[in-house]
Amino acid sequence: MSAGEMGAVHAESHAAHGGAGHPHREEYRPVFTGAVRAELDSVMTRYPTKMAALLPALWMVQRERGWVSEDAMTEVAQVLDLTPAYVKGVVTFYTMYHQHPVGRYFIQVCTTSPCGACGAEDVVRAFLEHTGTRELGVTSPDGKFTVIEVECLGACGFATPVMVNEEFHESVTPDRVADILSKLE
Amino acid sequence: MSDAKTITLTIEGRQVSVPEGTSILEAAKAAGVLVPHYCYHPGLPVAGVCRMCLVEVEKAPKLAPACATAVADGQVVHVHSGKALEARKGVLEFLLINHPLDCPICDQAGECELQDYTFAEGRSEGRLIEPKRFNPVEDFGGDVMYVTNRCILCTRCVRFMDDVAQEPVLNVSERGDRAVIGKFEGQDLTHPWSGNVVDLCPVGALLSKDFLNKARAWELDRAASVCPSCTQGCNTMVETRDNMVVRLRPRPNEDVNKYFMCDHGRLNYRWMNRPDRLEAPLVRQGDRLVATEWEGAITAAARALSGKRVHAVVSPSLSNEALFLVSRILERTQGAGSFRVERGAEAPLPGVEDLALRADRAANVIGAEMLGFQRSETPLAGLRGGDALLVVDADPSVLDANDLTRAASVVVVGTTLPEALRMAAAVLPIANMVEEEGTFTNLRGRVQRFLQARAAPGMARPSWWALGDLLAALGEPGNYLLASAVFDALAAARSEFAGMSYDSLGLRGLPVLTPSPVAR
Amino acid sequence: MGFPHKSHPKETPVLSTHFGDPEARSLSGWRARGGYRALEQALGMSPADIVNVVKDSGLRGRGGAGFPTGLKWSFMKPGDGKPHYLCCNADESEPGTFKDREIMRWTPHALIEGCAIASYAIGAETCYIYIRGEFTEPLRTVGAALDEAYRDGILGKSAMGTGKRVDMYIHKGAGAYICGEETALMNSIEGRRGTPRIKPPFPAVAGVFGQPTTINNVETLAAVPHILTNGAEWYKKMSSSSPKSTGTKLFSVCGNIARPGNYEVVMGFPFRDFLHDMCGGARPGHTLKAVIPGGSSVPIQTMQEAEATLMDYEGFVANGSMLGSGGVIVFDDSVCMVRMIARLARFYAHESCAQCTQCREGTAWVTKIMERIERGGGTMHDLDTLLELSENMTGKTICVLSDSCAAPVVSGIQKFRHEFEAHIAGKRCPMRSAAAA
Repeated sequence: MSAGEMGAVHAESHAAHGGAGHPHREEYRPVFTGAVRAELDSVMTRYPTKMAALLPALWMVQRERGWVSEDAMTEVAQVLDLTPAYVKGVVTFYTMYHQHPVGRYFIQVCTTSPCGACGAEDVVRAFLEHTGTRELGVTSPDGKFTVIEVECLGACGFATPVMVNEEFHESVTPDRVADILSKLE
Repeated sequence: MSDAKTITLTIEGRQVSVPEGTSILEAAKAAGVLVPHYCYHPGLPVAGVCRMCLVEVEKAPKLAPACATAVADGQVVHVHSGKALEARKGVLEFLLINHPLDCPICDQAGECELQDYTFAEGRSEGRLIEPKRFNPVEDFGGDVMYVTNRCILCTRCVRFMDDVAQEPVLNVSERGDRAVIGKFEGQDLTHPWSGNVVDLCPVGALLSKDFLNKARAWELDRAASVCPSCTQGCNTMVETRDNMVVRLRPRPNEDVNKYFMCDHGRLNYRWMNRPDRLEAPLVRQGDRLVATEWEGAITAAARALSGKRVHAVVSPSLSNEALFLVSRILERTQGAGSFRVERGAEAPLPGVEDLALRADRAANVIGAEMLGFQRSETPLAGLRGGDALLVVDADPSVLDANDLTRAASVVVVGTTLPEALRMAAAVLPIANMVEEEGTFTNLRGRVQRFLQARAAPGMARPSWWALGDLLAALGEPGNYLLASAVFDALAAARSEFAGMSYDSLGLRGLPVLTPSPVAR
Repeated sequence: MGFPHKSHPKETPVLSTHFGDPEARSLSGWRARGGYRALEQALGMSPADIVNVVKDSGLRGRGGAGFPTGLKWSFMKPGDGKPHYLCCNADESEPGTFKDREIMRWTPHALIEGCAIASYAIGAETCYIYIRGEFTEPLRTVGAALDEAYRDGILGKSAMGTGKRVDMYIHKGAGAYICGEETALMNSIEGRRGTPRIKPPFPAVAGVFGQPTTINNVETLAAVPHILTNGAEWYKKMSSSSPKSTGTKLFSVCGNIARPGNYEVVMGFPFRDFLHDMCGGARPGHTLKAVIPGGSSVPIQTMQEAEATLMDYEGFVANGSMLGSGGVIVFDDSVCMVRMIARLARFYAHESCAQCTQCREGTAWVTKIMERIERGGGTMHDLDTLLELSENMTGKTICVLSDSCAAPVVSGIQKFRHEFEAHIAGKRCPMRSAAAA
């Protein structure tokens, strides 16, 4: 492997993720100012270490920005006296933190075996069709929807459970999908 | 430590007693039994994740990780039982399913623990039918590249950066079989000690860019040595291929550098191979220096020095042996010697007490001071009119032409001939430190041996030999046939070194008997 | 009362009494239903006495491992000068299990009361309730109930006016099954990757933030107020089988069953009656084929095994499985066992924390082989390989996620081998229609 090849690989992954250093990106606006900063300060009083506020801080970033960018990881690291690499290691462990922007409605359909046995895959198919996203993890052209399969949502008796952002829908069947979507502006 | 309870247990049929709290793995080491392992490293916090060191402990329900299980009295441990072997075979198979098996182009081949244990205990054929996982190679910055596909996620590198370098720039990213060692865009492995992750990596995942594709491990010759790049005196291994130094690596020494060396020392080896070396003794004939044989050159050098006060300018990276012989010459001539030390920024390794790349960038500053040499920014200042000047491998930048005019005669003993010294009466070519053996005294007064790693060019001789002959030619009785004999003479003459010998120093050194005169 | 259906006459509602009753969610509603009397009672007792009552009741952990709760509490040494912590494990993520979700949804104050009693008993001033991030509704209900409890002085600097500080906080998970493992949960609270820790040290010695910690499941803690109010004997008597399994247990039932939901029965209830009578048995036109009785991590039972089982810790073990978390997954003749097991393996491969070699590599490899067999690309040799890999993945890692992946694979091959063989022989899934294949 030559140095040139290595460089090429690096640049490619860089562009694909639109990470820090992109020449045309907008200037980063910090999340933790004003009321959000006060909220984090209050959360920090719950724990004996600053690091323990990491998961709550990342949740706040996602609430404010819709996803957790590398710039946001850097900010969180600064606020909590951590390194960006450490924060990234944590972010990538937890699947609910979005490392890329997602649609305005993030739709998670449980397909683990208990729901799988009850037709969850048909529900997934219905969502892909009705949202126009067609593929799992792809955001619809209008930026409105992203549909993913999710592992066990802990509502197996209500197969198939579906989460639309923070909203939990129970016992979803393919014929209910259009109705659920029609209520989203 | 002395009042710690001792635990006695049996490992592979051998009884062994170790302090309470010792791991089974370390106890096994003490009993002479190697428990195969990957994630465990004595210089790092225990992770217990590779699961390679599972051993059978009688009466325990499950196999125990030897690295993370403390010894208990009366324990009977089997490292090579059927159950333990099967478990290791299983781990090896799991580690290899996604491994590219690209040993023919892997720098680690030949010194790879994945190869070694697979050879010893692994399955003879693979069972994976599915495609292997693939991830691109990453440049981690510094001297380190990451060949993701070869990684076994032992996390030694992450723990080193977290707990020893205390600059957590590496992480484990993602989870499941998607997990890789990651870093943050724009934050590289620039810590001055980060190169150690390459040594710590038990496989070919973290490689030195500097060493990349330079040699196969089995082509290397190795010699125990001491890093000459600062006063810390990290123990090293000098690795050569075809008489060329291609890599320096740390050699464990609990009292000096544990398992580590800094990147500055590690990468500062090219001068050891420099081609523009003095290869023959030179003597002055009219306005020219001409090559000659050693005997004539020694005679000419002695003639240039005798009957005069000698002022010596030496390198602070000369061995104790060479410096001792120069000091004898100075004593015979009521002369004096001095040296200048190159300085740089100090760079500690926070996780290890008293370990740093030191500001004094020379190996034997303390040795030189103990042997009576004066540290000075202007080492020629003490050169009086009419003195003979003896320059022993000193940095040419200290040789101001105006000062040199005060010298009645000049003798050069060195690896190269600086332009400013072309007026010398005699020039004696010597070996550099990897071409000879000797000792350095580190900043804490520890005397440590280094061995010869490559042959000196041409007619160049070890410094102790050239200087010993010069001293003899000046009338000192006796002659030296071995570096160890010079050291014996030094130990006899200097109370700080009393009783020391190459045998007693071994390869890990001993502290001098009195505290070092200056500690920087 | 079961939920979402009406309570079955053979149920013994204790924890589930108020499921489906929105008024039980508020503090006033909870008080009207007898809430917080147990806490008052507890505060009049010595911590050691509370521990003894819980010990005497025979209450065992409802999260999966079944460790005696009173014994666990007794490991917390009073007066050691260290801060003690209580962690409530509300990371319910074991496929097939959704009982804690209902407890938190309908009776959040029952959980808070249980946590407060436990905190007092173990000398903890801080309790973290770790709720998985996907549980948006329980996060809201428990959050609102905590606000009420603080406002009312039940929690805070002087909890219930005792002068003792009891703080209780929700820590919201972020999508990681493994955080239900107790030490992984503690790492997650500390702001780390949710990787399980090597034990020892056990949490009672060095738990969250390195301090003595007790961690209990939601259902376990919610049972505590009832035990204090009604006494250990009352609880012990609610058992129709082994004296080692006492009290009631919430079982979540899902999959191919007529009436899925949560059912609360006394320990030792016959599984046959439970499945066929209480849960309504198979859907019309189908027959039941297999049951995973304790969440997806326990071995699969055949119907013969299931129907011979008494529902307690010992009864499930005697019939080839484990009680686990009480998540009953039922499969009927419409599903392909190979497909279901492959999907479970994929779950574990997705959730492996990546620490231990066998788990990181093994779960993913087993998934690939299972999926290949399901697609029709398997060989008989693959079955031997799967069993050998499963052996190498069992009992060798820091936590049991790897074992949990192996359990359904091994029991599936043992008990439903004919389905595997049919896939291999036919080179396709025999249960898919020709059109779908």
